[in-house]
Amino acid sequence: MTRIAVVVFPGSNCEHDVVEALGRVNIDATLVWHTETSLAGADGVVVPGGFAHGDYLRPGAIARFSPVMTAVEEAARDGRPVIGICNGFQVLTEAGLLPGALQRNAGLRFLCRTVPCRVVSTRSVLTRTCEPGAMLELPINHNEGNYTCDDSTLDRLREQDQIVLTYDDNPNGSVADIAGICNEAGNVVGLMPHPERASSSLLGSLDGVGLLASLAS
Amino acid sequence: MKFSAVVEISGLAGIADPEGQTIERSLPALGFDHVEHVRVGKLIRFEIEAADKPAALEQCDELCRKLLANPVIERYDVAVTP
Repeated sequence: MTRIAVVVFPGSNCEHDVVEALGRVNIDATLVWHTETSLAGADGVVVPGGFAHGDYLRPGAIARFSPVMTAVEEAARDGRPVIGICNGFQVLTEAGLLPGALQRNAGLRFLCRTVPCRVVSTRSVLTRTCEPGAMLELPINHNEGNYTCDDSTLDRLREQDQIVLTYDDNPNGSVADIAGICNEAGNVVGLMPHPERASSSLLGSLDGVGLLASLAS
Repeated sequence: MKFSAVVEISGLAGIADPEGQTIERSLPALGFDHVEHVRVGKLIRFEIEAADKPAALEQCDELCRKLLANPVIERYDVAVTP
């Protein structure tokens, strides 16, 4: 059974949702407090959503210096899946594991709704079982989800097939409608939408299940 | 010796500043219709112990690069006074 560590910072608030959703696809998920220095041999790691360290200074800016991040960086280097969801995406960009940055939504509003997202690259660990071009209904829940990067980084993301998910109707001003990206190797993925909140018909969508299930090795 | 440091952080040129734009758009309604290029940033003050002013500036520069500013989207100015 695949074992995934779910990192918990002070202020994280989606960790139990992620554990529950991973459990539904037969992945053994365990919470790991941010002061731990090891992921206890987990096959991969999810950095969940929330407000790590209160989002003080910038979302993810303080979290990247938490002791557990050394183990997360090691997992990324080893090629194990490292998934950052929402605030977790912000943490991974601040840590330099993914390029670019997330700034305030273009409309200055906190966005909380379900939006259609398109699977672009299927070479990431999160989308490897998806059909290219597949449309997924996924909830977003963020104030700083406006992905930005310089032109050369955007060119590189396109050339290397690192754009994982795009919005069909851009809600936050993200450059190139980007909702999620991966690193060059495809094992580190950051996305603003919450697949764990689309993991039960009770929640209104099952479209996140395929994404999470692809983490099972 | 101890120095007072002031760090001003703002968005890089070309990075969208929706907060600044919103403020700029609201100003004409108050009669301020000759204001442009509004940018919103943040200001951080602290005290720092260093041998001399160049050393204080160097430390401030390093802590800005490592924590206070995100060089992907932000620029910073540092001023230190004894």
